[in-house]
Amino acid sequence: MAEFEPKIIGFLCNWCSYAGADLAGVSRYQYPPDIRIIRVMCSARVDPMIVLTLFKEGADGILIGGCHIGDCHYISGNYHTEKRVYVVKKLMEKAGLEVERFRLEWISASEGEKFAKTVTEFTEKIMELGPSKVGEDPELTNRMGAAVDASLDFRIRSLLGHEVGMIENGNVYGETKTEEEMRNIIDIAIEDEFRRSLILGVTSSKPASAKELSQIANLPTERIVEHIATLRQKNLLAIDHVDGMTPYYVALRVGGD
Amino acid sequence: MEQPEQPAETPGETEEQPPETPAEPGSEDLRIGVFVCHCGTNIGGFVDVPSVVEYTKTLPDVVFATGNLYSCAEDGLASIRDAIKEHKLNRVIVASCTPRTHGPLFQGVCEEAGLNKYLFEFANIREQCSWVHMKEKEEATEKAKDLVRSAVAKAALLVPQEEMKVDVVPRSLVIGGGVAGLSAALSLAGQRFDVHLVEKESELGGFTRNLNSLYLGEKSAEETIKPLIDRVMSHENITVHLNSQVGDVSGFIGNFDTTIVSNGSSQEVKVGTIIIATGALEYLPDGLYGYGMYDNVVTLTEFEILCKSHKLPKVNKVAFIQCVGSRGQDKSYCSRICCVISIKNALYLTEKYAELMGDDGAERVEVGVSVPEIASRRRRRRRMAVAEGAGAPAAAPMGGPEITIFNRDVMTYGANHEVYYNEAREKRIRFVRYTPENRPKVTQEGDKLAVTYYHETLKTERKLLADMVVLATPLVAPPDAAKLSKMLKVPIGRDGFFLEAHVKLRPIDFATDGIFVCGTARGPADITESVAQGLGTASRAAIPMARGFIQAEAILAQVDPQICTGCGTCVANCPYGAIRMTEEGVAEVLAAACKGCGCCGATCPEKAITMMNYTDDQLLAQGRSILQGAL
Repeated sequence: MAEFEPKIIGFLCNWCSYAGADLAGVSRYQYPPDIRIIRVMCSARVDPMIVLTLFKEGADGILIGGCHIGDCHYISGNYHTEKRVYVVKKLMEKAGLEVERFRLEWISASEGEKFAKTVTEFTEKIMELGPSKVGEDPELTNRMGAAVDASLDFRIRSLLGHEVGMIENGNVYGETKTEEEMRNIIDIAIEDEFRRSLILGVTSSKPASAKELSQIANLPTERIVEHIATLRQKNLLAIDHVDGMTPYYVALRVGGD
Repeated sequence: MEQPEQPAETPGETEEQPPETPAEPGSEDLRIGVFVCHCGTNIGGFVDVPSVVEYTKTLPDVVFATGNLYSCAEDGLASIRDAIKEHKLNRVIVASCTPRTHGPLFQGVCEEAGLNKYLFEFANIREQCSWVHMKEKEEATEKAKDLVRSAVAKAALLVPQEEMKVDVVPRSLVIGGGVAGLSAALSLAGQRFDVHLVEKESELGGFTRNLNSLYLGEKSAEETIKPLIDRVMSHENITVHLNSQVGDVSGFIGNFDTTIVSNGSSQEVKVGTIIIATGALEYLPDGLYGYGMYDNVVTLTEFEILCKSHKLPKVNKVAFIQCVGSRGQDKSYCSRICCVISIKNALYLTEKYAELMGDDGAERVEVGVSVPEIASRRRRRRRMAVAEGAGAPAAAPMGGPEITIFNRDVMTYGANHEVYYNEAREKRIRFVRYTPENRPKVTQEGDKLAVTYYHETLKTERKLLADMVVLATPLVAPPDAAKLSKMLKVPIGRDGFFLEAHVKLRPIDFATDGIFVCGTARGPADITESVAQGLGTASRAAIPMARGFIQAEAILAQVDPQICTGCGTCVANCPYGAIRMTEEGVAEVLAAACKGCGCCGATCPEKAITMMNYTDDQLLAQGRSILQGAL
């Protein structure tokens, strides 16, 4: 195999980081040529699903660039970006993909040098990590699939969307949560939904028993059984057949298409 | 070749016949044209442009690709224009510099050639390629190919967008009839806009009505604002709603539907802009320095009311205490105008002492709660009965008052205000400093108030027997500001004051277009500042109303009502209040208010929101095309 040429994608916000990258060019700051930039209006546009999907499909590194906190062209967009980055990293961790492959950096329109430096450092880091194992390692690929599915889960997305509001204004009953409490709630949601997505992912191709799922998900059987119960309640999972005393589960397709 | 007079049935020169106007992708054949710019040697010197062009020709749906020496020069632009027509291109990509500087230029060329400008896509191969990889021609060329391929992948999914024009109703709603609101209303009315001025009290004037004298002004507060009120009341373009409140607001810039509630009846008014001038209240320092316990402990504003209504009792020794309830005692902020107001009142008392204490025939009454003006005011604010207090009026020997101002530090900011401080010192007004660790204490001693304080210079505890103690308390946000903030979907800060869009550059705007804020509603301010801000908001509000329309962004969010479950996450995340829930319980984007950041789309738990021009599909297509590598 030829020398490793990492595939790095940079999502940059139009107003700060993309302008910072332009300034790096105008100033002729040289940096490694492996990054490919995709322009978005705001870093908050970058859905966790997009980042995780691209990792699942073989990206070696993904960089998100946004305006500094307090400087967002859209007032509070980068604040939301930060919250989403947390979820992406958590899911990468659960899936077993190195979280260092994903980086968020605040780069203003005047920080051309910082942009060049960030890309240089990030490329070096990716070179050090080597090519992503996604695709080669079927288990990692499965788990990344589960991470993508979890990033589309209603509960996680809804919690994420309401995090700031819950801390500052409280829910409809006027109860507020501290930042730490909210993080705990979100962490639990990420853990649950990742495991459930994994169960659904595995059983969508082939029926599996709780014991098999417990091995794949690396989780005690009793926790797997809890997830199975929840998924069956939601009508997402059903018993395919029973082998002796052991039920085998299969994911149900729901929705239109 | 061009046959402008010929109808459409003329046989085409190419085998494909694309429709005149491009429609949804898939409903027509894609015909992508790519123009790769040399930019002289800026790109051409570091990227093998001919090889990029040849590569581009192999990409799916690309029907035309060429190199240009300078795409942005007139002949370059003409070649793009001609190629669009000649090759019936329905997507155009220029691979050159940056969309931040040259995007609008090339979009304009597309429009001239009859192509919707949102069917144009940029590939940045100069700032983000040739200029930053000057020593790696081979890699830079490969990168340029990748960037073009990624742009082609996105272009294939582009759909035409229309920029919507929204009419602006030339009418403004001004909430609050204090000096800020009055100034804003008069300015707008003078520019021939209709103004509806809503005031919750039974008369105009706001907080200034409480005041007696004004600093830097010869006239009394009343004489100063009377002409302003008269002009507003008689202006043909201003409708004044007294005893009224805003009941409901919906809509967006140019088209707000508002409900004004007056005495139980309500009236619908459609306005284009809204100005918040709801003002502030004086902090009531219950429990501090004997306020509420001793009759002769009053606030600064109460002191002014006493002076104004000629009901100041005979006092000789008066103590002012600054920073009561502010700067960490309760509120965290400095109300900043109280220093100069205390000095103003101390000087007023000194100068008018003979007149105020003399035999002018006016009946002298006891101070504090037994003065009806003060009593009703306190009752109204607290909604609780105040015990009737007694206490004989202090006998005030003539000759001049002895005034002490207890302060943490005196701030007479502004161009001319330090003069007051100097004058106060000349007039023998004493300034005694205290620290937050050693605040003065006020107790009753006979018919006097004893102010016990620690003298920072003498390092001893001292006592001052005063006839009256005046507390300088901060301006605080009225409790109903929170309600208005929710109604208008504009933010208030930690202290309850309205929060502007940008602390430096947009001090009277909100992020939400068409709503502005002035006066003490956005923080403590004096009359000069409130008027300036009022005039400022009038000028800001006049811009869209004078133009008559606003051009809405074409890059905006779209909600699919079939998928939306009405969870409201997008509403909570939109910084512009540009999403509302319809009566059917689904989210709806207000095109005129949406700025196109896409935050809602990336949050929507049901993925019901599409961010036009930056859709998930388009971003994923770009990303996937990059990952796929050169073929």
